[in-house]
Amino acid sequence: MIEAKNLTKRYGDKVAVKDLSFTVGPGKVTGFLGPNGAGKSTTMRLILGLDHPDRGTATIDGKRYRELTTPLAAVGALLEAKAVHPGRTAYNHLLCLAQSQGISKKRIYEVLDLVGLSEVAHKRAGGFSLGMGQRLGLAAALLGDPAVLVLDEPVNGLDPEGILWIRTFMRQLAAEGRTVFVSSHLMNEMAVTAEHLIIIGRGSLIADCPTQEFIEQGKKQTVLVRSPNAGELAAAITRAGGAVTRNDDNELSVEDMDATRIGEIASAGGHVLHEVVPQRGTLEEAFMALTRESVEYAGTGSTREADAPKSGGGAE
Amino acid sequence: MTATAARPTASTVASRASFGGLLHSEWTKLRSVRSTGWSLGLLALLYPSFTALLVGLTVANWDQTAASDRSLIASDPTAVILGSGFLISQPAICVLGVMVIASEYSTGMIRASLLAKPRRLSMLAAKGAVLSLVVLAVSLVAAFVSFFIGAAMLSEKVAASLGDPGALRAVVGTGLYLAMLSLFSLAIGAIVRRTAAGITSVIMFVLVLAPLVQLLPGKFGEYAHAYLPTEAGLLIGQAIQHEGDLLTPWQGFGVFGLWTAALLVLAAFLLNRRDA
Ligand SMILES: Nc1ncnc2c1ncn2[C@@H]1O[C@H](COP(=O)(O)OP(=O)(O)OP(=O)(O)O)[C@@H](O)[C@H]1O
Ligand SMILES: [Mg+2]
Repeated sequence: MIEAKNLTKRYGDKVAVKDLSFTVGPGKVTGFLGPNGAGKSTTMRLILGLDHPDRGTATIDGKRYRELTTPLAAVGALLEAKAVHPGRTAYNHLLCLAQSQGISKKRIYEVLDLVGLSEVAHKRAGGFSLGMGQRLGLAAALLGDPAVLVLDEPVNGLDPEGILWIRTFMRQLAAEGRTVFVSSHLMNEMAVTAEHLIIIGRGSLIADCPTQEFIEQGKKQTVLVRSPNAGELAAAITRAGGAVTRNDDNELSVEDMDATRIGEIASAGGHVLHEVVPQRGTLEEAFMALTRESVEYAGTGSTREADAPKSGGGAE
Repeated sequence: MTATAARPTASTVASRASFGGLLHSEWTKLRSVRSTGWSLGLLALLYPSFTALLVGLTVANWDQTAASDRSLIASDPTAVILGSGFLISQPAICVLGVMVIASEYSTGMIRASLLAKPRRLSMLAAKGAVLSLVVLAVSLVAAFVSFFIGAAMLSEKVAASLGDPGALRAVVGTGLYLAMLSLFSLAIGAIVRRTAAGITSVIMFVLVLAPLVQLLPGKFGEYAHAYLPTEAGLLIGQAIQHEGDLLTPWQGFGVFGLWTAALLVLAAFLLNRRDA
């Protein structure tokens, strides 16, 4: 179990993580989501004792990372940035890590096999492709057969086959009872991999809920209503409990009410309806809506407009 | 798929963590990158060859050499032999010492290292131990080989042997000096964390700045120079304490050791405090 308590980390003036608390439990894949620069990698480095928090603590099964005697056996980590000397072979890279805590050479070959790098075991890591480098990082994470895995964007650089492989692999590790904490900035990826989501934006917690719950929320319908009597219709819908946003003179977006009910209200009040279109936002859109306020690096132009849920595409 | 399966109680593959394991690990790191072979190979090659070259020149120019210089050479042939190839070869050790830690930062390897060895001071200690022992072994071989080559070449003019007072200590001392220099460079590398900057500053200091302090006027220059780390440390490569040396060979080496220890303490403090 990973436990973060009031974690705060500043880099100069920049607050990367702000009073962040959460727990990650065993037996499931927990997705750690947030837009670019949200502080995911920073949080993971704090958990792993690489960076020092300004305030708060991070513990793994009740211990700080630095207190672990055989850390590789407790926690396996894959970092965002490369952590390999390019002049060293894959085997020697793993060997020097293994030797620090009495992990056998047999295990090195096992993990190389597991990630599919056996054939290049004695090749220098500097010549590896992005995906191979990622696999080597995973091999290092698995070296100690750890009960807790902390993986920072593990699908980075992997081909579709690799992505599928790691997705299956993470779920398998979780099914074995391990704690799997994996970051991503892709909602859809996490929706199919993670059972639980921790979402942050600008270093602060935004949501901490089961994935299923988030998907339900994401599926919340918006109904687009066009009517020449939009004003009066809006009032009627609001009275009946719907949440109305007026898009223009004769167009409304209605939430918390389905199309049938809207039709009934319109009919009862004698309002003419031109269109009633239920819209279903994608999960990605729900995620963007949730994190919109806290997007760190918005592109130029008004992405805020472009992000707004428009036409319906089915959720995952 | 909720948490029904029991979490594995303990990993089945890792058994123990020990300082021996850390030493093993650092040894693997050291031997598995090319720069180590290059630096040590260069030392083993340059030291004896430059000793041969420079002692050869001394012998060739013997007849034109002033009598005062001749008697200086005759008074401590060991220092002449050991000192000649030495200046050329010590940058190899500076480079190695800095690289051993700074390249971990430049490649990102430091993060993998610290994940495996979160006790940072133990890691630094193991690194220093392995580095200095390896450098000591290679340097001792290079120093003995250089001494024997130099003594043989010089023999027609001045007799020099390991049996001379202080000679054996000087040869072994040269190895000790290079081992200490590797630690000195390691400390600088750990403080600076950049390969190019670290290497440049160590070499500039050792080869240029420290010797230049000698030129400062008066007693101040004399004392400042005598207590500079590498300049003091070099005294151990002399068989005898020369006139004008403020420190004995061992005192000089002690001064170098204290400087190195102080830098290592600073390096350790920073390593512990800074984000990786
Ligand atoms: N070592 C550092 N020095 C200075 N600023 C940093 C450092 N590391 C992170 N930051 C800043 O902290 C913030 C959070 O960065 P972090 O890398 O944790 O985000 P992230 O959620 O992992 O983003 P991404 O999805 O792009 O990987 C960013 O604004 C980043 O610029
Ligand atoms: Mg990141």
